[in-house]
Amino acid sequence: MNSVLPFLPLMIGALAAVFLRGWLRSAIILAAPIVGAVNLMGLEHGVFWSIEFMGYALEPVRVDKLSMMFGYLFHLASFIAVLYALHVKDTVQHVAGLAYAASAVGAVFAGDLLTLFVFWELLALTSVFLIWARRTERAYSSGMRYLIIQVLSGVLLLAGLLIFAQVNDSLLFNQISLQHDGIAQIGAWLIFFAFGIKCAFPFMHTWLTDAYPEATPSGTVFLASFTTKVAVYAFARGFPGEEILVWIGVTMACFPIFFAVIENDLRRVLAYSLINQIGFMIVGIGIGTAIALNGAVAHAFNDVIFKGLLMMTMGAVLHMTGKINGSELGGLYKSMPKTTILCIVGAASISAFPLFSGFVSKSMIMAAAVAEGYDVVWLLLLFAAAGVFHHAGIKIPYFAFFAHDSGIRTTEPPKNMLLAMTLAAIACVVLGTFPAQTVYALLPWEHSYQPYDVTHVLTQLQLLFFSALAFVWLNLRNMYPPELPSTNLDTDWFYRRLAPNVLTRVGGAIYAAYATVERSIFASVKRLVHNSYDVESGEPKGYFGKLWPIETMVVWVAVLLTVYLVIYYIPGSW
Amino acid sequence: MADQNEPKGFFDKPENISKMLKVFYVICGLLVVADFIVHRHIYHDWEKIPAFYAIYGFVGCVVLVLIAKEMRKVLMRGEDYYDE
Repeated sequence: MNSVLPFLPLMIGALAAVFLRGWLRSAIILAAPIVGAVNLMGLEHGVFWSIEFMGYALEPVRVDKLSMMFGYLFHLASFIAVLYALHVKDTVQHVAGLAYAASAVGAVFAGDLLTLFVFWELLALTSVFLIWARRTERAYSSGMRYLIIQVLSGVLLLAGLLIFAQVNDSLLFNQISLQHDGIAQIGAWLIFFAFGIKCAFPFMHTWLTDAYPEATPSGTVFLASFTTKVAVYAFARGFPGEEILVWIGVTMACFPIFFAVIENDLRRVLAYSLINQIGFMIVGIGIGTAIALNGAVAHAFNDVIFKGLLMMTMGAVLHMTGKINGSELGGLYKSMPKTTILCIVGAASISAFPLFSGFVSKSMIMAAAVAEGYDVVWLLLLFAAAGVFHHAGIKIPYFAFFAHDSGIRTTEPPKNMLLAMTLAAIACVVLGTFPAQTVYALLPWEHSYQPYDVTHVLTQLQLLFFSALAFVWLNLRNMYPPELPSTNLDTDWFYRRLAPNVLTRVGGAIYAAYATVERSIFASVKRLVHNSYDVESGEPKGYFGKLWPIETMVVWVAVLLTVYLVIYYIPGSW
Repeated sequence: MADQNEPKGFFDKPENISKMLKVFYVICGLLVVADFIVHRHIYHDWEKIPAFYAIYGFVGCVVLVLIAKEMRKVLMRGEDYYDE
C-alpha cells in the first residue's frame, strides 16, 4: 500500500496556501484534491495506522465502502469549490476551505469515536473562518453563534464517547443504536444529539440558516458541502434503522419549505432547502433497509453537487451585483445568460427531474418508504418533493434571473467561477443519466435499483408540472407572496431575542432593586445626621455631642467605675 | 442600469410569455391524458386515483403557499430586526 493518511493531501494543500502566493498557490490548491482522490484509489478496505491510547485501540483510518464513497465525494466537492474560489485574493478563505475539507475527509475515515471527535471539532474551527471572512458585523456575530453551537455539539460527542468507552471498554465507531440500559443509554443519546446538531435537526437547525447566508460567496459553497454530510455519514454508520429518525427526517423535509417560500435572501432560501434535502436522507437512514440506506447516501452524494451548484450560481449573483435579496434582483438573464442556464440545471437536479441527479436518489428513498409501509411519511415526502421544486426549482431562478427587471446590468462572473459551475452542472446530468456507472457503483449496501421506468418518470413529471402549474396559477391571480425585505422569525429568536431580553429585564430589575435599597439607606443615614444637628445654633443636639471628647471620656470612666463598684458589692450582699 | 435603447429581452415580451404558457398547459394536459393510456405500477392504494400525482402536486403547492402567506403575518419583521 502506497497511500498516506486520506486527509493529508488536502491538509498539506491548506498549509501550502499559507505560504504560497500567485499562480503557485493556485496550482497547489487545485492539485491537492486531485492528489487526495488518487491517494484514496490506492487504499484497500481495512484498518490502517492503528494505535493504542490509554488502553483503548484507536483506528484513525478505517476504509470501507461507506467511508470511501464520502471520501470521493468530498474530494470532488473540494475541487469544485477550490476552482470556484480561485479568483479570491484572500488567503484566509483558501486555507480555511481546504483545511475544512481535510477535516471532513478525516471524519469519515475515522474508525473510532476519539478520532471522530477531533475532526468533528476541527470542522467547526476551520469553517467558521469562511463566515468571518465576509468581514461584516453581521457575519462576525453570526459566526460566533455558529461556533458556539458547533463546539457544543463536540462537547456532547465527547461526553457521550467517554460514557461509551466506560461501558463498552472500546472506542470503536460502529453501530451505536439507542436501545441500551442504564448509563449507556445516556451516552448513546448524547452522541445522537451531537450528530443531530451538526445534521440541523428541527429546533437545532438555526445555526445553518443563520450562518451560511452570511458567509462569503465561495465560503458558502464549502460550507454547504461538508458539515451536514459528515453528520449524515455519522448517522448512517451509528444509527441506521432507528425509527425515530424517520419522523425527525420527515419533519426536516417539510417545515423548511414554508420558510423558504417567504424568505427573501436567496442563499437563505437554499439553506432552508438544504435542511429539506437532509430530511430525505435522514428518513432513508431511519428506514434502514439496504435500498433506503443506499438512497440516503446516494442523495447525500448528489445533493453536495447540485446544492453546491445552486449556491455557486447565487454566489456568482452576489459577487457580481452585491445583492442577494429576491426583492432587489430580477431580469439578470440578459446579462448573465450562462449563469442562468447553470442555475436551471441545478434547479432541475434538486427538483428531481428525470435525467437529473436528484431523480435517481430521491426515488430510492420514496420507494423504500412505500415498501416498508410508511404511508404518511411517503405522502409527506411527496409533498416535500413538490415543495422543493416550488422554492428551489422555480423561486430561485425566477426571482434572480427573471421576474420583473430590476434594471441591474452586469456581466458573467470570472471564468474560474463559470468553469466550476459548468463542472458541477455536467456532474448533475451525468449522475442523473448514467447512475449505474457513477453514483450507484459506489453504493455501500448490496441492492440493485432501476430508477428509470415508465411509472416513475410519468408520476414524477406529473408531480413537477402540476407544482409548476400551481406557481403559474398563483402568480397570474396575484396570490403569490411577493419578495419583501424582511426577517422571518425562526427558533433562533429564542436565543437572539427572547433570552437577551429576559436577561436584560431580570438584570434591570435586580439593579433597580439594589439602587432603591442603596438610596433608602443613604436617605436614612442623612436623616439621622440631620436630626442630631441643630443648624441654627451651629452645634449638635445631643448632650454628648456638645462636650469635648476628653469630657465625654471622664463621664464614661465615672459610669464604668460606678458599675464596677456595684458589681463588686453584689456578691458580698449574698 | 438599464439602457433605454437596448433591445427588449425575450421574456420582456408578453406574447412570448403567453406562447410559452400555452405550450406548458398543453404538456400538463398531455401528462394527465398519458395517465389513462399508460399502465403504471401501483405501489399504494392512493395511486389508483386517476392523475393522483398531478392533483397532489397542484393542491400541495397551493396549500404550501397559502399557509406560508399566513405565516408571514406572525413571523415577519423588519429587515434589520436583529441588528437594532
